[in-house]
Parts: sequence; C-alpha cells; structure tokens
Amino acid sequence: MNSGQDLSTELREHVLQAAAEDKRLELLGGGTKRFYGHPTTGVPLEISGHRGVVTYEPKELVMTVRAGTPLAWVEQALASEGQMLPFEPPHLGDRATVGGTLACGISGPRRPFTGAVRDFVLGARIINGRGDILRFGGEVMKNVAGYDTARLMAGSLGTLGVVLDVSFKVLPLPERELTLSRECSQPQALAEMNRLAGRPLPLSGACYDGRRLHIRLSGSSLAVAAGKNHIGGDEGHSQQLWQDLRELSLPFFNSPQPLWRLSVPASAPPLECTDKQFLDWGGAQRWLVSQAPPESIRTMVEKLGGHATLFRGGTRNQRIFHPLSQPLMILHQRLKQAFDPKGLFNSGRLFPEL
Amino acid sequence: MPTNDPVKGAGKIDTPALVKALRQFLPNAAVITETEALRPYECDGLSAYRQIPWAVVLPETVEQVCQVMSLCHHWQIPVVARGAATGLSGGALPLADGLLLSLAKFNRILNIDPIARTARVEPGVRNLAISQAANPYGLYYAPDPSSQIACTIGGNVAENSGGVHCLKYGLTVHNVLELKVVTPDGHLTTIGGPALDSPGYDLLAIMNGSEGMLGILVEVLVKLLPCPERAQVLLAAFDDVERAAAAVGEIIAAGIIPAGLEMMDGLAVRAAEDFVHAGYPTEAAAILLCEIDGTNEEVSDHIRRARDLLLKKGATEVRTAQDDDERIRFWKGRKSAFPAVGRLAPDYYCMDGTVPRKRLPEVLTRIGALSREYDLPVANVFHAGDGNLHPLILYDANRPGELRRAEDFGADILELCVRVGGTITGEHGVGHEKIHQMCVQFSAAELEQFHRVKAAFDPSLLLNPGKAIPQPKHCAEYRTLARDTLVPPGERSKAAG
Repeated sequence: MNSGQDLSTELREHVLQAAAEDKRLELLGGGTKRFYGHPTTGVPLEISGHRGVVTYEPKELVMTVRAGTPLAWVEQALASEGQMLPFEPPHLGDRATVGGTLACGISGPRRPFTGAVRDFVLGARIINGRGDILRFGGEVMKNVAGYDTARLMAGSLGTLGVVLDVSFKVLPLPERELTLSRECSQPQALAEMNRLAGRPLPLSGACYDGRRLHIRLSGSSLAVAAGKNHIGGDEGHSQQLWQDLRELSLPFFNSPQPLWRLSVPASAPPLECTDKQFLDWGGAQRWLVSQAPPESIRTMVEKLGGHATLFRGGTRNQRIFHPLSQPLMILHQRLKQAFDPKGLFNSGRLFPEL
Repeated sequence: MPTNDPVKGAGKIDTPALVKALRQFLPNAAVITETEALRPYECDGLSAYRQIPWAVVLPETVEQVCQVMSLCHHWQIPVVARGAATGLSGGALPLADGLLLSLAKFNRILNIDPIARTARVEPGVRNLAISQAANPYGLYYAPDPSSQIACTIGGNVAENSGGVHCLKYGLTVHNVLELKVVTPDGHLTTIGGPALDSPGYDLLAIMNGSEGMLGILVEVLVKLLPCPERAQVLLAAFDDVERAAAAVGEIIAAGIIPAGLEMMDGLAVRAAEDFVHAGYPTEAAAILLCEIDGTNEEVSDHIRRARDLLLKKGATEVRTAQDDDERIRFWKGRKSAFPAVGRLAPDYYCMDGTVPRKRLPEVLTRIGALSREYDLPVANVFHAGDGNLHPLILYDANRPGELRRAEDFGADILELCVRVGGTITGEHGVGHEKIHQMCVQFSAAELEQFHRVKAAFDPSLLLNPGKAIPQPKHCAEYRTLARDTLVPPGERSKAAG
C-alpha cells in the first residue's frame, strides 16, 4: 500500500516553468470530476503519478496521503483497519484521487451528521503560484498556529495551488448500520428529517426519493437498535441505496436535463417548483433536474437562504456556481492573487473572474 | 511593538480631533480616553503582558462598528477587537497607538431556531449562555472551552476555540455556519450562510482562528446539537503518568470515541481537590477522565468496555460517577484546574502545545526533566484525546528573573511540541505570546503566504497588527540570535509604549 512515488520536486519544476513562461495549467488527477465547474484552459499537469500513503497510524486517527493516490486505495487501507473517511466522498469513476476529492469538496450522504471534506482536513502541503512548497496545519487534531490555509483548499477547485499531500482525520467504521424506510409526502419527509435531526439518534443518512423517506442509522449495535425503536418503519436492504446516492448513480441522476445541486437550510420549506427532486442531507441538499431558467432557480433558492450550483449538464459556459456579492468577489480575487499571482492554476474553473 | 513595524498610529494625529470624530456617532461614555478608565483594558487573560490602549470604544450597533472602522481606515489607526478578554495568548493585548474596540455591548441572543437547530447571536454573547438558551429545546452548543462561563462566542471564533468535547464534536470551525463581518474599511459583509456550505472559497475556515486580524465579527450563526440522551464519566487513577498517557491511545484504538478524554497529573489533581473537593484520588500520579455519551444502552456498553481496558492498561482504580452530581463534580475539578493550580504559586503560565497522541508519554517525561532544569514546578492538565497539552508553569514574577525563566521553559516546551510533529498552539492562539515560536513552526515562505492572506482581507494592515504572524525578517533574527539576546516578550509591551 505504501508503494508510491513522491513527485513533489518534478511538480514544483513544472510550476516554476509555467510561471517563467506565463503558461496556464490545468491540474488533473483521475479526471473523474473534470465536468465539475467551468471548463478551464491550460496544459494538463498530471498529479496522479504523485501517489502513496505517507503515514497512517490507526491509533492516531490520522492518514497523510499524496494527492494523486486513488481514493479507492485510501478507502481500502482504512477499511482494513476498521476505519473510514467520514465524509463519504463520491468517486464518480474508478480513477478518483484524493487530491480531486479535496479540490472538489464534495461530500456524501453522511455529511450533515459527521461533517464535510473540509471538516476532516488537518493539514496539507501545497505548491503556490510562486513555486514555493508550503506546509500548513499538520497531523494533530488541534492546531491554530497561522490561518487555516489547509482547510481553505477544500472546494477551491485547484485554483489556489497544487496540493501535494493532505492529512485527514479518520474515524472508526460503525459497528452496525441499518436503513429504515417508509412512504410519505415531501412536506412530511422534511418535517420528519428535521425532527429526527434534533433528537439524540445515531443518524448517518436521511434522504427522500420523491416517494419514500430513508433514514440510515450507524453506530454501536445497541445505539442503532435503540434508534430503530424510536423511529420505526421498514428495515430495508439499503446499503446499495446510499452507495448509489453517494455516486449519483440512482436512476434519478440519469436524466439528460441539467442537474442542479441546491444547498439550503435543512428546515427550508419545499421548493416552489414541480420539477423532479431528490432530497439528501436531511433536506439540506436538494437535487433538482430542471430546464428552468437559471435565474429563476437561483432566485428561488436565495429566498430560502441557500445557493444553487449547476452541477452537471446544461451549457457549461454559463454561471456554474452561485454568483458572489461584490465584496466577496473582490476578496476572492485578492485571495487568488495571494496564492497564485500569475493565475497559473485552473484559471476560471471556479469563477470566470478567478 | 518592535517586531512588526508599526508605521501607523493614533500618536501621529490630533487626539482631540479623533475623539471628536468618534463622538459624532458614539455616546460620550462609549469613548474612553482617561488613563484610569483605560486600565481595565490593558491586558487579556495573559496578564504578564500589559499595555494601556490609546482609547477604547464601546459601540452598540453594527452601524457604529462600521463607522468606527471607516474612521480608523480613513485616519489609518490600528484596531484591536476585544470580547471578554479571557484569551490566553495576548491576542487582545492593546496597542499604545491603537484603538481597542470592545464588543461587550453586543450581548444579545438574536434567535434560537429549534427546527433548524441554529442560534443567531451577537459576538459578545457568552459561550455557556448559548447552551443555556438552547437547553429548553434539548439542544446545546458543543465547543466548551474551560472559560465558557465568561468567554464570548466572538472570541471563540477568533481563536477557533476547542474545549473538552472537541475530540467528538469538533472545534469552533466545525460548529459555525455564518459570520457577519465588518471589513477593515467599514463595510458589512456576510461569510457563509444558513445552508451547510456556500459558493466559492471556504472563508469560514480562514476566519475561524484568525485572531482578529481579518475582520470585526458582529454576528455569528452557530449549529446546535441534540443533547445526548445520557453522559457518563469514568475516573481512572494511575500511579505513573506515562502509563496514563499510553492508555489514552488504547481507548481510541478500541473504536471508542469518547465525548471527552482528559488527563491531569498529580500536582494538578491535588490542587483541584483542595480547591473544589471533586473527590479525586490525591495519591494518584495521574488521572484520566473519560466521558462517554450517546443512547442509554450504548453508554452502558462503552463504559464497561472502557473500564476493562483502563484496568488492563494499568489503572490502579476506575470509578464510575454514581449520579449526575458526581459527574458534574468530576468535571468541576477539571474545569477549575487552572485557577486551582494558580493557588499554588503567585503566578502561573499556561502553555498550549499539541502533539500526536503516541508521543504523549515521552513529551511528558521531557517536560518533567525541563521542570527540574529550570527549577520551576509544572502541573499538567490536558485534552489527552486530542494530544493538546496545557502545562502550567508555576513562578513568582516578583522574584528577579523568574518570569523570564518561565518564558524560556515555555518556549522549550513549544519547540519540543513542534519537534515531535505537533504545533505550538492547539486552541489558545499565537497572539502576542508565541510570535517567536511561529518562526520554529513555519518557514519564511509559509509566513509570507500568511501575510499575503492577511493583506487580501486587510490591505492597510490595520487589524491587530503585530500579532499571530511574525515578519520573516524577525524570524531570521530569532533563528540566528540566541533567545537571550532578544527583548524578552514580557518586556516588549513596555518597550513598545
């Protein structure tokens, strides 16, 4: 498992060369999430050769891994020690890497209950646009020395630097998991998901497929059994459901129409919209398949205190991520400049302005 | 402060004119300039460092904060924000040439939403007050620093505070959804929101723990969690500190994530027992407090397993709190450990390094050896589950050279933490205190990157200048010169004044 290679020096040389030649780079891992965000121009900089687990000590609950390492390796190594990445990242293909997982910042069904990618980042080593190799954070659970720059990499879509390696906090695999399902309406599902999330239950998933509410419980056998008694419903064979939801491979996600990801407060009322929806994250993440004009979708979501991402499909040269307020955009531009003054990395991928 | 080039300051301008400008929009009583009235603001929880600020302002509205910042931006006056000033790194240490902006009047809980499980509060609201307000709904705010009775949520965000429950429930950064922030040029902006994520960069990650360097918080939306059905605590006594430290990793390895896993050494145990009569075994070399929470049956099961494990790993005695009263008493001893140890000597100096858990035993041994070398007693109280140490160095500032010796001892501990793969600060922040040790933990290029992040938020460098991030050239001096030839931090504020 530790068989890997360290290409830090080579990657740094590529960055320095690109800086010298004013050449843009597209940071590329396994390419499984290349569709995500705006298309970017630039010479592909392959990260996937920079791979391998650097340190992993189960007792410390920490794994440090090179960015090009396949996500599947990491999950296998963790599972063999009875541990997991608690944010259930989607692979969306066999070649998904750890670096891409961090850069895209996408988390799976467990997210509202255990946390997102960013919540488990303890440290990272990056190359900035000046070609400096920088290490932020570390391998310890608590660290407030300097700005939390490692965490900033999560979801930055590779626009701030080349991540070389990342340290994640990991957690034990739950002793037991089970799923309870029952039929109900969307308003009933939302009310129930919010009610349960306010109770001390070992929840690890809560979704509504348009017809049925599914609740996943994870934890010690005793806690799961107690939770089951509290919630009721049919016990399903639904490991597959959560796996398919995580990988966006349920039939719902197969539509050729644009797929929108709406991030709203879990307690937000049902959308004023009749298009097909799938509710995840206890109501806080609502997938929408819709041809409606983007502005109308964004306005609807803004009213609920959330934001909308054109996740997949549609024309990719329109706005993908929710537009920022002007002061926030200025701050984003200054941050981009602070890390990547020449605009080498993934130009325009997150926002055309960056 | 000599380390960070204060090129700006109120001293360069006409004080009466500035006071007059502030009183255009602030009541007279909200602008303090008389020396005697300024004195209560001269330090935070790290009282070894003191500095009378040029002036203190106590705005009451967001609009007034914007006006203060806009004015200071116009006149290029540095600003230090202050909450309850319980911080332990001198992060709220005032500047002789700067304005101290107290957020004490921002003390309202604006909304508790039991369905969304959030609390919207002003930054001056005390940490514990949030949990108290949420309690009727069966909810609470998880991060619980030991100072939670007094410390404010604004300060918690600035320091990314932890507490005894962060192994399981995370730090402040994991529990904050949205911040309303006044920018250094006086504009109100919102970072994050009521949803679980926001478009663009994760600015919440940068704001949490930014030590008042990037913006002035005026409102915070935090997550609330359901109160566990049951919490139970074990007290395990050991006749050897290293054995206690080694048992910590075994509990985690067994797949149990305790809600809290704390350790105190013999000196701290006896001090706490004398102070609050927690019922601790005073003959022990160390105790572990291990709290398990969850559903009723789960807690019983984990308590049983943890108990067996602790006995197997050499605990001389394991007690389970018999009822809630005893559980609260066990925790009271831990939470009062700092003041309890404080009674043993005229002064104490609290450190805050974090190390990988597996290095705990050797680090404790080394701290013991350093204690003998410096001839200063040290009590160890810490978040063992997180590897976050709080060695308390006992000294007497009235004895010539003792403060200096305590500081050197502290610096050695922090450098030891970095050497074993840890950090100089787990939860107290760098502030004024640990600015030298930042040079040990970070390279010049890393520090430059921090300064560029700072400048992205605060291009005029007006917010809390001189704290948290040293100038690389200062580090170059620190690395080449012996510590002895530098101005000791304790005398720096005097030198700067």
